[in-house]
Amino acid sequence: VCTSRFWFNYRHVANTLSVYRSVKRLGIPDSHIVLMLADDMACNPRNPKPATVFSHKNMELNVYGDDVEVDYRSYEVTVENFLRVLTGRIPPSTPRSKRLLSDDRSNILIYMTGHGGNGFLKFQDSEEITNVELADAFEQMWQKRRYNELLFIIDTCQGASMYERFYSPNIMALASSQVGEDSLSHQPDLGIGVHLMDRYTFYVLEFLEEIHPASQTNMNDLFQVCPKSLCVSTPGHRTDLFQRDPQNVLITDFFGSVRKVEITAETLSLDRDVPGLESKFPEEELATEPLKYAEQLPVAQIIHQKPKQKDWHPPGGFILGLWALIIMVFFKTYGIKHMKHVF
Amino acid sequence: GYEITFSLLNPDPKSHTVDWDIEGAVNRFVKPVLDKLSLVANFSVDSQILYYAVLGVTPRYDKESSSFLLSAHSLPHVINPVEARLGSSAASLYPVLNFLLYVPERSHSPLYIQDKDGAPVSTNAFHSPRWGGIMVYNVEAPASPQTSLPLHVDVDMARVMEVFLAQLRLLFGLSQEEVPPEFLLESPGNEGLADWELDHLLWAHTVENIATVSTTLTSLAQLLDKIGNIVIKDDVASEVYRAVASVQSAVTELSLGHLLAAFQASKEAVTCSERAFFDPSLLHLLYFPDDQKFAIYIPLFLPMAVPILLSLAKIVRETRLRKKEPTKMD
Repeated sequence: VCTSRFWFNYRHVANTLSVYRSVKRLGIPDSHIVLMLADDMACNPRNPKPATVFSHKNMELNVYGDDVEVDYRSYEVTVENFLRVLTGRIPPSTPRSKRLLSDDRSNILIYMTGHGGNGFLKFQDSEEITNVELADAFEQMWQKRRYNELLFIIDTCQGASMYERFYSPNIMALASSQVGEDSLSHQPDLGIGVHLMDRYTFYVLEFLEEIHPASQTNMNDLFQVCPKSLCVSTPGHRTDLFQRDPQNVLITDFFGSVRKVEITAETLSLDRDVPGLESKFPEEELATEPLKYAEQLPVAQIIHQKPKQKDWHPPGGFILGLWALIIMVFFKTYGIKHMKHVF
Repeated sequence: GYEITFSLLNPDPKSHTVDWDIEGAVNRFVKPVLDKLSLVANFSVDSQILYYAVLGVTPRYDKESSSFLLSAHSLPHVINPVEARLGSSAASLYPVLNFLLYVPERSHSPLYIQDKDGAPVSTNAFHSPRWGGIMVYNVEAPASPQTSLPLHVDVDMARVMEVFLAQLRLLFGLSQEEVPPEFLLESPGNEGLADWELDHLLWAHTVENIATVSTTLTSLAQLLDKIGNIVIKDDVASEVYRAVASVQSAVTELSLGHLLAAFQASKEAVTCSERAFFDPSLLHLLYFPDDQKFAIYIPLFLPMAVPILLSLAKIVRETRLRKKEPTKMD
């Protein structure tokens, strides 16, 4: 999830896209990834290289290519949509790619980047999500068994405050800086004119470059990434809610996708001489014309629907009281004789 | 409901033209099984053929058997690269079960799957829980090396369907039982599963559904306790009542032994409770910590309130003074 927009937040989009690339490289298919970006970088009029987003100085790697599937773009990245995706309270018309179809055996990786503060994360410069809301959303996911284990990585200023309030089991959290510290960006590119990546994500990605789908590296190595000398901020992590020892948790448990597979050892024995079966329930042959297109979609209904009239409620007690107070004060201070002129 | 997709993967169309009579096979072999299982869930079946779809793993060449082998620990990495091309996300909102038939390339024929002990698997197939199964169909090398490519291959659907339907049974949790030698187990024939296995499935699902409904409704109640300002709409409330009523009837039917009625009731209970819990209106976005309340509302209302309060005080003082004056004057 990238929660910023505007050209000067280029690095957040580059962060998210690079993590997306690594995760796809390690085997997770697009159908299992929900990518939320403001997506205003590649085609931004200020981009000297249109249709590209680079993550490295000297423009080595274009992380915005042909097979980037952004599920929520631009103004759809809101706190409400994010919480809806997490908790599953989505309107029925949402397509499958925009849903989080996880069950109680899925491991979920959540990566968030943007601007944040002590206890909140700013979404699109207009709203914010607090750590309490996030913790409640995770608790609802746990109640509905929507995850088996959850890894939460956040790369913002004062990121550690976002995971302070988690209370559901099986959550491990990583943040790029502690409360009171800012996360810094890595390197500006003079050709593009903005900073391209954040430091923590840069070192995490360097670490991930060495992982391949069958590797056995565990979480403790990920905790060591980006020490204070390189990162200037102190990365933090939280493992007290996690059942297993981080030593035993493989990176590929979250970043890659290794399915459980069983060899099929049995076969059925089918009777091969079965002729084409007539179905048990004889279907009535209805001579129907194929539906014309206009009849299939109730377009007329949709277009001519009047907007629902909102019921008018009389003003409530508080507003009435306030107005009565103001009017009384006015007439008392300036004298009753003004009432004659009003009525 | 479930969506079952049969896919034929042909990575080498230059060498093999593969024909499979999937419609006939579905009618002859798959439909009886699905008809029997229709009590448990609704199924819809579709099929597709994918060209140039390769497995993500390169098989090893084994000189002794002069064949290619896929070892058991490389199998988990086969599924993901191929899944992106299956198009299961466009299919439907129901869970999809994929059954893939892979015809290896000429250069990698014949291809066998090795189990953990190193022996080739007789079915040449493997499956993944909650996802589906893959079977490798080896084409015999042509007798004379001069036969023109592409070779025409007619897939033996019966053999393939035997494996796929066995995988379907395993995915539903029905494995073939070991019977002690004195007993004779009647084969279920083309229906795929015996009546007692169907009863077992219904019973297991009923119990699971009832457990799910109770946890869902309890967690919904807990959620409402914790977050006070969620508004429950009338239709959400009616769904909850229906779910509770259905669960109660499911439990009574189970105790009476009416398995089918209990299963239907439990299915309805699950749908109602899920609809109630996941209703889009139940999103709680209003989190107002105390310091936010102070920070937002005081700067707004304090300047407005100060003159009003002072004027009120002045009014009260004046009325009190006036009340005292007439008594004093006389």
